[in-house]
Amino acid sequence: MITKKRGAAGQGSWWAGAPGLFYLIALVLAPLVVIVIYSFLSRAKLGVGVKWEFSIAPYVELFYSESLSGERSFDPTYLQIFGNSFLYALITAGVCLLLSIPIAMWIATRPADRRTTLIFLVTIPFWTSLLIRTYAFIIILNDNGPINGFLGAIGAISMPIPMLYTPFATVVGLVYAFLPFMILPIYASAERFDFRLAEAAYDLGAAKWTVLRRIVLPAIRPGIIAGLVLVFIPALGSFLAPELLGGGKTSMIANVIAAQFGASRNWPFGAALSVMVLVITLLVLLVFAVLARRMSRTSGRSSWEVLL
Amino acid sequence: MNMTLRRRPRGTGEALKDFPTFGLVSAAVFAFLYIPLLFVVAYSFNSNRVVTVWKGFSLEWYADVLTNNDIQRALMNSLKVASVATALSVILALGLAIGLLRMARSGSTFAWALIGAPLIIPEIVFAIGTLAFFVQIQMPLGIGAITLAHTAFCIPFALLPIRARLRSVDLSVYEAAADLGANEWRIFRRITLPLLAPGIVAGALLAFIISLDDFIVSYFLAGPGGTTLPVYIFGMIRNAITPGVNALSSLLLLASILIVFISYVITRRKR
Repeated sequence: MITKKRGAAGQGSWWAGAPGLFYLIALVLAPLVVIVIYSFLSRAKLGVGVKWEFSIAPYVELFYSESLSGERSFDPTYLQIFGNSFLYALITAGVCLLLSIPIAMWIATRPADRRTTLIFLVTIPFWTSLLIRTYAFIIILNDNGPINGFLGAIGAISMPIPMLYTPFATVVGLVYAFLPFMILPIYASAERFDFRLAEAAYDLGAAKWTVLRRIVLPAIRPGIIAGLVLVFIPALGSFLAPELLGGGKTSMIANVIAAQFGASRNWPFGAALSVMVLVITLLVLLVFAVLARRMSRTSGRSSWEVLL
Repeated sequence: MNMTLRRRPRGTGEALKDFPTFGLVSAAVFAFLYIPLLFVVAYSFNSNRVVTVWKGFSLEWYADVLTNNDIQRALMNSLKVASVATALSVILALGLAIGLLRMARSGSTFAWALIGAPLIIPEIVFAIGTLAFFVQIQMPLGIGAITLAHTAFCIPFALLPIRARLRSVDLSVYEAAADLGANEWRIFRRITLPLLAPGIVAGALLAFIISLDDFIVSYFLAGPGGTTLPVYIFGMIRNAITPGVNALSSLLLLASILIVFISYVITRRKR
């Protein structure tokens, strides 16, 4: 028998996890490794795939474009797309944060039995298809949709406001898609907040706003940071919202990646863009880990706990 | 706690806990979460071809969608993928849940990184990575490929309820069984499995919806014959938006919400 580290006799042993571990190595780790390798290969001349010839051209393409005569010049197209994606993801995370603090605090202050139901109501949309949730905003934001219909009916506008196929629509779709990822970790922090602290502050004469800013916000900071990470990363790599709601005018990184594996047939470049997304993901997680460690030193509770 | 708070000069305990406008914002957020879905459903009953111009109530789009051969084929594909991916991911997750309890620290950190990676890494990267990997090893695209990829990201969803259940099991149960001379396999079959059953069912249901609703990975791995329901719906949205899209979407929404509700009830039930 293999030495038992923890737990009771008969509880099973570590090798029960071996098949799952091998599966994840084959279907999670291997694809990521392939992406990194592909990003250093050459473009296939015909059809799909790559040519097995080392090249850093995919990374050069991020900054430079090559004219037909072979001349290289600086081309900010892709940098701009990265910049846009960052901007949309940041706005999304910010809006989600502003909406989530009140609702997370409000739910956390309801009676215990009602809290579970309310949180379940927050999670239900997450379990429905992201495609359908994004499609819903084509219905709502289009020129004949309910918003323009309502504004027209009350005479507020004479012409429909163009909302669909704008950056605005993209951000609305992103906020809608990832809002539960912000509410849940903040709620998890808020639920553990000891309201006797707020009480003490009131007794010392603090106003509501002061209590919120000085007592409550620092206490729920681990949840806020976890939420920002959980919203920012998937928003940055979003495909559906810009694809369906942005109308081609607001491409984000994922749309460019998809195009390289589709019509553009430039797999190494698509792989290089994906590696950039992976690097950004890792950097964000690293910053998060540092912040989490610093906070757990001061507050005794880590954001990792909230995240998992 | 309320008793002590009620003596405060500023009013009752509940009022002290409440911040102005938070209730209002919460109501607005709940409306924001559900109204878009309600609009999708409402317009599925529109008799007009132009989806957002209301003409009259009709069920014709449901009839249309349910009798469409391509949609039936896509639905069958989705069900096949989701069933197999669910079964595979539950078996692997069950093993992982048990194995993780006994892994050395470094092993379990590595395992958690792999389990969590598909959740945190943007799905597009995972999708094209799997595509490139399958093309590299000459694995044909289609529902087989989709099933293998879905299994990987269904594992965490299957794992969490099983793990939660496993941690609540009293360890002395195993010790008692071992003391009475039961071997590991017998303990697993007669003790662990029945105790974990609710967690396994809840995890299986969650894995099933995650697979059923997935679009991006399926889209890249579909190949010519592997169109799943979400991939088909995406095509409909791209070609011509009719209330048919809404009818099909409403059915998928209903299925997801029903399944997650059952999973919720199972996890909540008294142990």
